[in-house]
Amino acid sequence: MTQRGLTFLLVLVLLATGCSRQPPALEPQFFQEENPELLSEWQMLRVEGQSLQLADGVTPFDLNAPLFTDYALKLRTIWMPEGVQGEMAEGGIVNFPIGSVITKTFYYQQAEEGAFNGRVLKRSYIAGAVDPALSKLETIRLMETRLLVHREKGWEALAYVWNDTQSDAVLTRIGDARRLILVDPKAIDAAERETEFTYIVPDTNQCAACHVQNATTKILSPIGPKQHHMNKDFSYGGKSVNQIVHLQQIGFLKPDGILRPAANVDWRDENHPLDKRARSYLDINCTHCHNPVGAADTSGLFLNPETENGPQLGLCKLPIAAGAGTGGRLLDIVPGKPDQSILVYRMETVKPDAMMPELGRSLAHKEGVALIRQWIEEMAGDCA
Amino acid sequence: MKALIIARFLIVGIITFLLTACGNQQEQSSKEESGAVNYQATLMEQLIGAKPGDVIEIPEGVHSIDRSLSLTVDGVTIRGAGMDKSILSFKGQVSGAEGLLVTANNFLIEDLAIEDTIGDALKITEGDNITIRRVRTEWTNGPATENGAYGIYPVQTTNVLVEGNVAIGASDAGIYVGQSTNVIMRNNRAEFNVAGIEIENTINADVYNNIATHNTGGILVFNMPHLKQAGYGTRVFDNDVWENNYRNFAHKGTPVASVPAGSGIVINSNDGVEIFNNRIADNNTANIIISSLFSTGYSDKAWDENFDPFPESIFIYDNEFSGGGAKPGTFDLEALRLIMFGADGRFPDILWDGYADAAKMQDGTIPEDLRICMDNGAAQMLNADLPNNAANPAIVTAAHQCTLEKLPPAFITQLP
Repeated sequence: MTQRGLTFLLVLVLLATGCSRQPPALEPQFFQEENPELLSEWQMLRVEGQSLQLADGVTPFDLNAPLFTDYALKLRTIWMPEGVQGEMAEGGIVNFPIGSVITKTFYYQQAEEGAFNGRVLKRSYIAGAVDPALSKLETIRLMETRLLVHREKGWEALAYVWNDTQSDAVLTRIGDARRLILVDPKAIDAAERETEFTYIVPDTNQCAACHVQNATTKILSPIGPKQHHMNKDFSYGGKSVNQIVHLQQIGFLKPDGILRPAANVDWRDENHPLDKRARSYLDINCTHCHNPVGAADTSGLFLNPETENGPQLGLCKLPIAAGAGTGGRLLDIVPGKPDQSILVYRMETVKPDAMMPELGRSLAHKEGVALIRQWIEEMAGDCA
Repeated sequence: MKALIIARFLIVGIITFLLTACGNQQEQSSKEESGAVNYQATLMEQLIGAKPGDVIEIPEGVHSIDRSLSLTVDGVTIRGAGMDKSILSFKGQVSGAEGLLVTANNFLIEDLAIEDTIGDALKITEGDNITIRRVRTEWTNGPATENGAYGIYPVQTTNVLVEGNVAIGASDAGIYVGQSTNVIMRNNRAEFNVAGIEIENTINADVYNNIATHNTGGILVFNMPHLKQAGYGTRVFDNDVWENNYRNFAHKGTPVASVPAGSGIVINSNDGVEIFNNRIADNNTANIIISSLFSTGYSDKAWDENFDPFPESIFIYDNEFSGGGAKPGTFDLEALRLIMFGADGRFPDILWDGYADAAKMQDGTIPEDLRICMDNGAAQMLNADLPNNAANPAIVTAAHQCTLEKLPPAFITQLP
């Protein structure tokens, strides 16, 4: 055999083994116009054996206080191509350059091992690991991966629904609805140990309904990746680093710029003041609509961090066009009286015409409701 | 040499086979779910993928929809074959706060029905040039608190034409326009809603040739605090407003929950309102009510410095009244009727709660251009004196016999 023949043979052997063991390394792709049908075409992340692998450069991050989505766990990543950089801007905004791709993978721990039976475990949080991002996939149900892609024409939102074998996820424009059962073996109340619900994958317009945070300009933008949400430590390669510092170190962000001084807090951490925890929770769950230029500005209720304690935050405020959302209560927030406050009712209910947020949940967030209850309970004053 | 070429050919073939074998497995399993095609999916694809200029036709038939629909693209028309022929039925709706949500400009919807939505039927926000024509929104089980709040619901819109629609069974307002500017609402019919027709925080609206009957309140012109714009300049004329005596089935806490059953036309905290040439009959509380937010459960702690709660520059003339006022919808008002007019008596056609802005008074009277005026033949006005807990209610017709400069017609840019 000639030397060339030998080389061919070697290549063949390599390819054959590579197919089953070591696929070619992921190379993240940016699509300026096209929306690939399969998530794998982006090459941001991929299932290999029983783990979800991130491509080199696809950087995971976390938020101080995450949005509640029916107890789904979330893996967030950001990637941008060589040669571009984001920068800090006013109001806690991070301007990510054109070419940036942000992903968020929604998943649950299965309640039982083996073939998925629709039963998922209630878990409040799992710290994201980097390599592999998610391991033991045989115990995990991947639901969907959402992409925010910064194109020349602006940010666009795409949702990919994972297939049953968890080999890839398929693009959907019209969303999806899946019946699931949330299992909480530790619930004291037996009735809360199993809760049926419909997990909703948003349609393209519903993506925009939250991500268009200014209802007049109708410009779509990221919600979570802002300074006050991202300003926290994350474990990169076993080393805990501030996420914003890390993004600066790897060159995703310019090293200078306006840093918003106040970070939001992890609302579960009782070491922080109650007011800060409650406002952090309301910020990530409500501000994208309930801000002075948002879709819910029709209500006159603003829950963004800049709104001061007063009627615009809901104190003693009459509801506007709330319909069933009042739950028979008269005012948005009655200090000291969570059971008389419309805000609490709208968080507790799961009726689609009454609940808040309108999108993104079918279940009530028990722990979040408890926080807001306590916040109102301890609020001074009255509405007499 | 030849052998080498063949070998290469073979090898390339094998490599290709190996590569595609790897990929195919994944693709096959991931695409198998996209099969199910039904009308809902088709319509959602049409709405989400719409381009300006598109006309989306809703075919004849009853189409079951179980999730909210939405449209965000400018310049789209949605057209059915008739409000009793093309029906979007949300009877089995599992998610979404409305039936169809539109956030777009230059939008036209006509000739279809939206039935039994969990929440609002048709909501349109932040759009310019909006036409809603011959659309029926209905809760087919009849009036009930569990029904959705609003039937036809444009909010924060400009240049809005709402005509020929039918709204039945809304637990708030059947046909509503809020926080909008330049509105024409005509030839509509509203029945068995809490509020039949409502104009709220809206500037320049003409409401005419409508029918409002069997609602709790027929036609409402309201202003609410803490919103970006206060409303003024509404003309309500040539409408038929009779027997709006249906019990109030609104959710407690909503502003319309304070509307007494038996209200014909209600002005609440709005300014610059003209009510003329209407036929208003047999509304059991009063044919016309003029009131302030103060009489609707407003908390002083939520005071809005920029909000004017007093109804001012109100002009009522040339309406044709008959009956009404004989069975007020609240205990307090019924007591007042009995005390003032006896068991067989009735409230006069115009009932005013009596709130007036002391800060604007000059020598104890409101400036001429801010008055509540009536020039309506034999019709009478009662001041219920609610600011003083109805201590001195009185017929005040003589003091309010006056005229105001008439408002210009509302104007919208796209009127065909």
